[in-house]
Amino acid sequence: MPFLASIAQGLLLAAEEGEVIEPGITSGLIVELAWLIVIVPIVATFAVLFFGKRSPFKGWLMAELAIGFVAVYGTVLFILNATEGVVYYGQVTIAEIGSFTLEWGISVDGLSIMMYFLVGVVGLLVFTYAKSYLEGDVRFTWFFASFSLFAGGMLVLVASPNLLQLIVGWELVGVASYLLIGHYWEDFANVDAANKAFMVNKVADAALFLGAIVMAVSVGSFRFNDIIEVVIKGEGGPLSQYAFWAGLLVFIGAMGKSAQFPLHVWLPDAMAGPTPVSALMHAATMVTAGVYLLGRLFPFYLDPEGLFGEDVRNIIIVIGGLTLFLMGFLAIVQKDIKKVLAYSTVSQLGYMVAAMGAGAYTAGLFHLFTHAFFKALLFLAAGSVIHAVHSNDMVDMGGLRKYMPRTFWTFIIGTLALIGIFPFAGFFSKDEILASIRYAGGDGQNVANFILVLGLVGAAVTALYMTRAVALTFFGTYRGDGHPHESPATMTLPLIGLAFFAVTAGWVNIPGVYTGFTTWLETRFPLAGVPGAEGFDLHHPEGFDWPLVILVGLLAFSSIAIGWYLYGRNADDRTQAERDSFRIPVLWPLFEHLYYIDDFYMGGIVRPTMGPLSRAVLWFDMRVVDGIVNGAGLVSMKLASAVRWTDEDVVDGVFNATGAATGASGSVLRRTFTGRVQQYVAFSFIGVIAIAAILIIL
Amino acid sequence: MDWFESGWGLSLIVFLPAIGAMAVLAIPKAQEAALKWVALAFAVASLALSVVLAVNFDYSAADVYQFGTDTTWIEAINANYHIGVDGISLPLLVLSTIITTLAIVYSWNHWPEPHNPKLLLVFVLILGTGMAGTFVALDLVLFFVFFEVVLLPMYFMIGIWGDRGIREVPVFGWKLEMRLYASLKFFVFTLFGSAFMLLSFLALYFKSEEALGFRTFDMIELADIGATGLVFTGTFAFLVFAGLFLGFAVKVPMWPLHTWLPDAHTAAPTVGSVILAAILLKLGTYGFIRIALPILPQEAVSWAPWIGLLAVIGIIYGSLACLAQTDMKRLIAYSSVGHMGFVMLGIATLTDIGINAAIIGMVAHGLITGLLFFIAGSMSHRYHTRDMRRLGGNLKLMPKMGVLLGLAAMASLGLPALAGFWGEFMALMASFDPLESIGATPTFRTFMVVGAIGTVLTAGYMLYMLRNVNFGEPSEEWIGHEFHDVDATEWLAWTPLVIGTIVIGILPGVIFDATNEAVISLVEKAFNGG
Repeated sequence: MPFLASIAQGLLLAAEEGEVIEPGITSGLIVELAWLIVIVPIVATFAVLFFGKRSPFKGWLMAELAIGFVAVYGTVLFILNATEGVVYYGQVTIAEIGSFTLEWGISVDGLSIMMYFLVGVVGLLVFTYAKSYLEGDVRFTWFFASFSLFAGGMLVLVASPNLLQLIVGWELVGVASYLLIGHYWEDFANVDAANKAFMVNKVADAALFLGAIVMAVSVGSFRFNDIIEVVIKGEGGPLSQYAFWAGLLVFIGAMGKSAQFPLHVWLPDAMAGPTPVSALMHAATMVTAGVYLLGRLFPFYLDPEGLFGEDVRNIIIVIGGLTLFLMGFLAIVQKDIKKVLAYSTVSQLGYMVAAMGAGAYTAGLFHLFTHAFFKALLFLAAGSVIHAVHSNDMVDMGGLRKYMPRTFWTFIIGTLALIGIFPFAGFFSKDEILASIRYAGGDGQNVANFILVLGLVGAAVTALYMTRAVALTFFGTYRGDGHPHESPATMTLPLIGLAFFAVTAGWVNIPGVYTGFTTWLETRFPLAGVPGAEGFDLHHPEGFDWPLVILVGLLAFSSIAIGWYLYGRNADDRTQAERDSFRIPVLWPLFEHLYYIDDFYMGGIVRPTMGPLSRAVLWFDMRVVDGIVNGAGLVSMKLASAVRWTDEDVVDGVFNATGAATGASGSVLRRTFTGRVQQYVAFSFIGVIAIAAILIIL
Repeated sequence: MDWFESGWGLSLIVFLPAIGAMAVLAIPKAQEAALKWVALAFAVASLALSVVLAVNFDYSAADVYQFGTDTTWIEAINANYHIGVDGISLPLLVLSTIITTLAIVYSWNHWPEPHNPKLLLVFVLILGTGMAGTFVALDLVLFFVFFEVVLLPMYFMIGIWGDRGIREVPVFGWKLEMRLYASLKFFVFTLFGSAFMLLSFLALYFKSEEALGFRTFDMIELADIGATGLVFTGTFAFLVFAGLFLGFAVKVPMWPLHTWLPDAHTAAPTVGSVILAAILLKLGTYGFIRIALPILPQEAVSWAPWIGLLAVIGIIYGSLACLAQTDMKRLIAYSSVGHMGFVMLGIATLTDIGINAAIIGMVAHGLITGLLFFIAGSMSHRYHTRDMRRLGGNLKLMPKMGVLLGLAAMASLGLPALAGFWGEFMALMASFDPLESIGATPTFRTFMVVGAIGTVLTAGYMLYMLRNVNFGEPSEEWIGHEFHDVDATEWLAWTPLVIGTIVIGILPGVIFDATNEAVISLVEKAFNGG
């Protein structure tokens, strides 16, 4: 069959159609074989599933080697891109449908390479950590199969040169997260959390489906580069006609995975999975997908002529701003250390999305990059703490800095990076976002000025909730049971590795000093053969926006001080920790009820659909539709019984006779066939002949 | 291989199961092993030949009928033994031979009560001939015969081996065994539809004289007349399309003609449910594509928005009905209403993408829902209940069964990289850009949005089923019970379905390579002048 030939050809050299793109490396084996990055973890998934139990370390080793491969390959590509620039797209045709071509493919450009690097490196550290964390788990092997699928799905997604493969990876990530969140499925609470994640994402995915359809049908192709080409040419046509809806629908899809208000509700509940899952989910895979997609389609949202996503961009910045602002407050009132971090992630994702809305491609992705390291670090450190005290509740912690020094110091590094203190990674990326939003405000995007205020408040809130979490966890006296102890080296070494990046990851993009990161991510834009690509211009700050840097710094430090003043004493004993020394009436209860958003979804949508609505449909089906059917049946039966065509006795008689007479199938057949077939044939032919007669007469 | 290509190969594929049925009849009932092996041999032979046919099929001429023959059959009414396979029928033909074989494999040691392997095998084999024959018939009389041949075996299957639970019949007020009610309902519904279908066939036969000078039942000739848009017009065309619509829509089934389906599927023995879901429903959608659209294109255009409307109603309505189920098998049954809604939505767009989507959707639904019914059957055999309120923690009691159920459920909800995705996604895609001459593009775009909401509801009920069946701790009533996990014949019967689901998911070209050209040519001929 023809497709097999093309697959074979494609596997030999996935370069059926490598587009020539300047500048940088566009071919060479190392680039053309990059599809191995995607295949290896997927193969590992099945290998672990089928052979894991009999293999060394019950499948962990295979998964670890696969993700290690991705880490190494990703690093090599990362370095290649940093030194020479890599832009390459390869695809294999898998089917033709109508005038559309369906393809699997690989994109190897700055944006994808950054994601390969992130998924590989963060993944490797998290997988290493997970082995000790899950030691003795009931479903150890199954966990690592799902975990490989999680990483593999993400790689399918970020490797995709077209919308269709992106959707495939998108949902593979979703189903892997469902498996991982519901890892302890004996408890329905975890299953419900998994279902919630799946369903919220499915709502967003439905929008993404539609957005992808609108884009693909308007352009006549699923390829990102074809869509971007149409955008950059700046001509009208169907795509610009439907641009608002296409852009909005795709963005709603991104909102689901990247947990943007009001579709953020699944992410905090996703804590139900084991901690390494949270670490990977909140850092490299899953939640970054939405921001990544906005980056991938960025020219659509910021086209030179303003024909396409211009209006959607204002929606994006507002959603991002609301998310970063609203969700930060929720982190202040959480008692569960992982929930603090979860709401923190939602809030930080808000920053990234707001940056995309402000037209700051590099800033948004830069924060995605740095955040991946320090948030993975914070989660793994939190996991180390949970491992030691056997509780998620910060009330059961306290004073742990003495017992777990390595965990403590790495957590502090992660915290400083998250708050955005110089010279930690978050400082550079958050600052660039705020500077870009400010620039956008000055550049005529009026709503950005308002978002800037939210962003500044959000920065202060970040410092506040992290100070509270650090105080409750590591300072004061230990309030839990047992004797906490530092985690083994297999868990603390990944922490140290991530801490290294949490410090240094920001140094690749220092305005006015070194902006390599910017170049790496943008080599893909001057697409060769696309007229007008040069006209696609991104704004970059010349240097630091000093007033903003100073303001943010002041906010952060004063917030830490206030946080310490308000919550530091919480740490002293259990009653105080439980009571939380600082509360504001009305607001705090509102935060504790998560703005009643979850309650609204449950009470306003889920329960009515599951309950009254579906029951009403079933009632309608059984009573009304079937009632009409059976009513008609009853009427015709009354008529028929007049001619003894059929009645209950016949029907019943036939079957009872059949059932009883199974001893002699021949006679069964004889009896049944004589009974029913003749009637059937007679009926249909009498009817048909009658009507045919009418037709002929007519 | 001349004999193979000149129609004999195809005829053998179709009639080997029927010959097998006769052979089985000749074997004494007591020799169970002989019965099984003979039945299997004939089914496998038919399957093997269909694979040979698929391999030798000329994919570059998928729009041409291949491996066919056209021989005089009933001279008096000019009905011919005209058969052939093109890219549209090929995947369905292969699917039907696969399902027939797997049904026999599964039956090996899963006989429903009352125990009568001989009779069950005879029925399965006759169904095999009926199903395969429907997909290759190119003459309306022949088509009708095959279409009806499947009716009786299925009727008896449900009636003899069906669910013996007592149920009150709405309106009638009788208390009746489920199997009796369901089989009668299935029979009467389908009969009702096919009577009108036959009328339409006859009407076309008589009317064809105006165009040709003689009367014909030949589908290709009738489609040629249809494409001219001259003879089959006005009220005549409307009424004929209405008759065809009734015949096919009952079979699909389309809302609101679907109520036979949940009862029949739920009551039927496992093998019956599988064959019903995997193949029998497709006879209806296939009829639309093969007969209704090409012969009456103008009517198809004017009916399209209404068909699309019924399709999306089916999607939402079927999904909501699933959410209210407590019976696992009934939930899967209702899910067919939703899934076939996507297939019909694809057909209603009258575009190449939509009809391609419909065919891959049919194949995917056959594999996935077939698997789901197999699993549901095996589970209810072990638990002796299908009540999801009593099930739970299945992953603990039967881990392999649980994983397979999970996979099948994920496939059913349209997870990308599994077969179900393509039909759903491409049907939505086609709805964005339906055939222009329908003149209802905004309406279809609304359908697209509603269909997308349907995908969310589909995910909802599948997760609901998994939650209640697979997850949690097993309830106390199962403690101390020994449950046998998936056994050897089950693996044999299910593995091909699992592999098919994954392969089509990753390489949809397996289906589209066959269908695309045939569909493009169909659409071109019927709807773009010519």
